[in-house]
Amino acid sequence: MSPPEPIRRRLSLRGLILSLALTGVLVGAVVVSAVTGQLAVTASDVVGSILGWLGINTSLAPEDPVVVATLQVVRFPRIVMALAVGAALAVAGALMQAVFGNPLAEPGVVGVSAGAALGASTAIVFGISAGGGGVALLAFLGGLLATLLVYAVARAGGRTEVVTLLLTGIAINAFAQAGLAFVLFLADTASREQIVFWQLGSLAGSVWSEVVIVLPVLVLGTIVAVMMAHRLDLLSLGERNARHLGVDVEQLRIIAIVLVALLTGVAVAFAGIIAFVGLVVPHIIRMALGPAHRGLLVASAVGGGALLAIADLLTRTLVAGADLPIGMLTALVGGPFFFALLYQQRRRSGGWA
Amino acid sequence: MTTPLVALRGVSVELEGRNIVRDVSLEVHPGEVLALVGPNGAGKSTVLSLMAGDLVPTKGSVVLGDKEASRYRPEDAARLRSMLMQSNTVSFPFTVWEIVEMGRAPWARTPQYAEDAAAIADALEVADVSHLSRRRFTQLSGGEKARVSLARVLAQRTPLVLLDEPTAALDLKHQEDVMHTVKALATGGRGVVVVVHDLSVAAGYADRVAMMVNGELEAVGSATEVIRADRVSRVYGVEVDIEQVGRPPRPIIVPRR
Repeated sequence: MSPPEPIRRRLSLRGLILSLALTGVLVGAVVVSAVTGQLAVTASDVVGSILGWLGINTSLAPEDPVVVATLQVVRFPRIVMALAVGAALAVAGALMQAVFGNPLAEPGVVGVSAGAALGASTAIVFGISAGGGGVALLAFLGGLLATLLVYAVARAGGRTEVVTLLLTGIAINAFAQAGLAFVLFLADTASREQIVFWQLGSLAGSVWSEVVIVLPVLVLGTIVAVMMAHRLDLLSLGERNARHLGVDVEQLRIIAIVLVALLTGVAVAFAGIIAFVGLVVPHIIRMALGPAHRGLLVASAVGGGALLAIADLLTRTLVAGADLPIGMLTALVGGPFFFALLYQQRRRSGGWA
Repeated sequence: MTTPLVALRGVSVELEGRNIVRDVSLEVHPGEVLALVGPNGAGKSTVLSLMAGDLVPTKGSVVLGDKEASRYRPEDAARLRSMLMQSNTVSFPFTVWEIVEMGRAPWARTPQYAEDAAAIADALEVADVSHLSRRRFTQLSGGEKARVSLARVLAQRTPLVLLDEPTAALDLKHQEDVMHTVKALATGGRGVVVVVHDLSVAAGYADRVAMMVNGELEAVGSATEVIRADRVSRVYGVEVDIEQVGRPPRPIIVPRR
């Protein structure tokens, strides 16, 4: 057997290099992010603090209670939230692309994020608490509804044409925005501010009690997604071919859709609409690693986390003393990227196939 | 007589009030090549879908192995039959080797898993795509894509092999190669159903030919029995002459021009 062995080894070597690089970027982003802010904190304070948190007591651990509080209460939850939300969105994007057989499918683009935001803001305005998790629950339901809608309308024979997908996205986004506007109209001033926050996306004010809801969903969702990775590979041959190769396509689709809604819903519930992460990250990873889903999903999770940690750092530092909405920032970068992808796709297939 | 790999018994398929397949009975046995021929829209692909268990008949039964084809769990059916579809697209840029490896998916966690490497290498070789194994599927020409997809089906190594127009996009040499491969599969004990449009190709390689017209089975039998000038002229609406060429003689169809 001559060809496969080298191919496999080369791929895993590439995967290893990429994982190391991404982890490096991620750790760097975490440290820089933790150091940066109104209160001066040194890198050694951060490292000592993280080590102390892991149960390793070193002389590096900060002693100034203000520094300790700043890191533990303000900066770390926000950083972990950025990592978790970025990872959740990137994994949701990769999953959605697999199910729709289209690299342009993305929760933000097709309106799943908007659906989740509508759910979340409905919960806020009508005071639906459902034991504290009302916002997250309705965000999930809104996201699920939007995903099912796109899925029902846009797919034909297991694939989705680019045009159909985008048009469906436009329709769902328009509807969700109208719903948001209506909820906004009904809301009082305080709720209104919160809803605007949802529309723009922000990680400001993240607290541990929210992080502990996002993290388990992310971890569980990613594990289930990775377990389905090989079947998702087969799905790219088309639904019938996948079935001929023994995949229970119906079951796979349902699980994947619920995962997309869960991951997107939980991300949107606490961070608002942050578009294009699920588009940009898997695309870059696919170019580097190839399309096999096991590596793609894991690397997307790490890459998504790193990207959002950096993006959040930028929102805090680009304008002195102000916190820019992160959704605006990702759209600013993701929009042109999306254009480029569209252009490339259109040229390759010679039309809007 | 061996037990058939798949048997259609009085099968009809009705879709949106139209009879796409009407009262078809057909068996496929191990060791034979059955060519399915007929004009466009005769129901050939539908018959393949029935055999694959993709489609549940409105009437009649399709028995794959020892039970109704549509009753199988997907992974069990995938170890009994493989299928090459007419058009093959792949959503993401997998390499040729990865695509062919996907053909081994049904055998994961079975003893046959040990054959993976050999099955893949063999399939790449037979379909003449070994030299493409590192290329991305999405960058291949139509004929290359068809051969890679065939390799994927061959790698699956199932007793029943269903091929929907495997020669459609191929040049003369690869067309002959593919039909030789089909013949070799049957010699190795598999049952192969192949949809072809070229009647001379069907006649040259098939053990039996089944001709379909308007969803009905017009005739089944040896090539010389089924491919007769009067029948072909009537079914296709084209006047033809039939020459017997080679040893043993095989019919060659020549349209009158």
